[in-house]
Amino acid sequence: MATRIYVPKDATARSLGADEVAVALAHHLGAAVEIVRTGTRGMLWLEPLVEVDTPAGRVGYGPVGAADVPGLAAAGFLKGGAHPLAIGLVAEHPFLKNQQRLTFARVGIVDPASVADFVAHGGYQGLERALAMKPAEIVQAVTDSGLRGRGGAAFPTGIKWKTVLDQAAPQKYVTCNADEGDSGTFADRMLMEGDPLTLIEGMTIAGLAVGATQGYIYCRVEYPEAIEALNTAIAAARAAGYLGASVRGSGRRFELAVRVGAGAYICGEETSMLESLEGRRGEVRVRPPLPAIKGLFGAPTIVNNVISLATVPVILAKGAEHYKHYGVGRSLGTIPLQLAGNLKRGGLVERAFGLSLREVLEDYGGGSASGRPLKAVQIGGPLGAYVPAAQFDTPLDYESLAAIGALLGHGGIVAFDDTVDMAKMARYAFEFCAIESCGKCTPCRIGSSRGVNVIDDLLAGREPERQRELLAALCETMIQGSLCGLGGMAPFPVQSALKHFPEDFAPRGRH
Amino acid sequence: MPSFEARERAVVESAIQRHGHEPGPLIVVLHAVQDALGYIPPAAIPEIANGLNLSRAEVHGVVSFYHYFRTEPHGRRVVQVCRAEACQARGGAALEAHAQRRLGVGFDETTADGAVTLEAVYCLGNCATGPAMRVDGRLHSHVTPERFDALTGPEGRA
Repeated sequence: MATRIYVPKDATARSLGADEVAVALAHHLGAAVEIVRTGTRGMLWLEPLVEVDTPAGRVGYGPVGAADVPGLAAAGFLKGGAHPLAIGLVAEHPFLKNQQRLTFARVGIVDPASVADFVAHGGYQGLERALAMKPAEIVQAVTDSGLRGRGGAAFPTGIKWKTVLDQAAPQKYVTCNADEGDSGTFADRMLMEGDPLTLIEGMTIAGLAVGATQGYIYCRVEYPEAIEALNTAIAAARAAGYLGASVRGSGRRFELAVRVGAGAYICGEETSMLESLEGRRGEVRVRPPLPAIKGLFGAPTIVNNVISLATVPVILAKGAEHYKHYGVGRSLGTIPLQLAGNLKRGGLVERAFGLSLREVLEDYGGGSASGRPLKAVQIGGPLGAYVPAAQFDTPLDYESLAAIGALLGHGGIVAFDDTVDMAKMARYAFEFCAIESCGKCTPCRIGSSRGVNVIDDLLAGREPERQRELLAALCETMIQGSLCGLGGMAPFPVQSALKHFPEDFAPRGRH
Repeated sequence: MPSFEARERAVVESAIQRHGHEPGPLIVVLHAVQDALGYIPPAAIPEIANGLNLSRAEVHGVVSFYHYFRTEPHGRRVVQVCRAEACQARGGAALEAHAQRRLGVGFDETTADGAVTLEAVYCLGNCATGPAMRVDGRLHSHVTPERFDALTGPEGRA
């Protein structure tokens, strides 16, 4: 019988040669192997990570290049044989073993295109439960779990759903925000590529909970691999009776479609995303009304991030109590942290809230990739604050980060070594805001461009004291006066850089 | 072989026929056109507006809002370099400078011989193994200047 081996089809794994490895394996081993393309486990420095089914469990080899295949075959890797690239049992690897994977439990393990494999690994248990519950009971379970929006705003998911449930309307929608534009984040992508059926299950449950019959996944165009995986999984779910006019024969309809973005960071803002879904410029809407009351095409609409929706199945399957048992204070459950930038071991760590930043950077991340000391990390994307090394003992939960003027956002952590020029990063924060501003409100549209000029003037030594005052006032104006989080938060990285690294803003020569 | 204009028209009509009935179809239609032609020809804008019962201003407004939509043909190769923070933390700024110097163009420009279009992108979700770029859709990690030269090939020489 052919030995089953697993080769990730994840975009990062492919960017490191996973497709070539799969071809080489098929070429050298032929009928001796059955190759299954999975998502990634999230140990991205080991990609392409090839796993072999053995009686003891899956044994891993990585990072494997196509040229390594003959050597692996000679070493008897199909029986888990010793080889310099061997990492032993994958599930026992400390990076994975010390995680608490609830949302990502199946990512890297299952065939993302197979409903049968999904169900064999516990998939659709949450939906089966939900089909036996009243809508209000489903909403209550999500509320009780303590789940808060994982896109970054951390609004209680159950409260949002309750608002949509309470609206009497002939048409309601469930929309998934998969416009994961924050630099340093890839959790949505990893989940959509590695276990898209979990997202589909979560959206179906959401539809049952609020009485919505149509769902849309708004996925960014920069993620073609995820779009393909989603479309494949949606077709498979429909063919198996999990989507369509009568979900699992319940007589209740839920349809799902993928809509593709077009390269606009602002469309990760929920009202801008709705405008884009309606086929318009992604300009933010003034709230109220909330999308839960008047959202897509004017109908009551759930807008949730990929991870929020993909966490709903485990909450329904195992119960709200089980989920909220993880975490601390008002940050309940688990958070998928994404280790990015200058780290030796980049990847995805799902843990209960409350572990320290240092644990993430050192124990999981292994310190900087460059071998130089870490100087700062940016948490929560381009609108998140820079956190200096002196604050690396801060626990990672919503409240602890807020207490130091930072935010967790979507859980991306970008590490910089001591060669980083924080004035350049502050300037880039404004530049990015200027490029991506939708232009609707003045503080964001004009303020971001002015911010670039003021930093340039400051660094050029043109009346530096006056520029500092101007910069402080500009940041305050943008924070107070912008319509949405883009202009309202773009000053956070600037202010934090100024506060923690004032020496980097000293006037310099021409640059 | 039909003239280019006829092909354009056929693509636009087909896109409207396939997607015009969907709710809020404009961006879906624009994707279909750009997927087929590589860009949105300015001449297509009134056709799309007419087909979807929108004003030309509305269609132009959407095309010009989104960075992804092009209104000019791209080069034979499309090179997208990530400019975002996680890639900067791994030497992204040096890659940006190298790419522009090597190709002799700025971002969102095409080399004079039509060989390569260079585009800036803001995060490819490949943030643990940067700097990242896509070449003709294919994603790459750890893109040093040397690897940039190897991946863009002889066409990438200014």
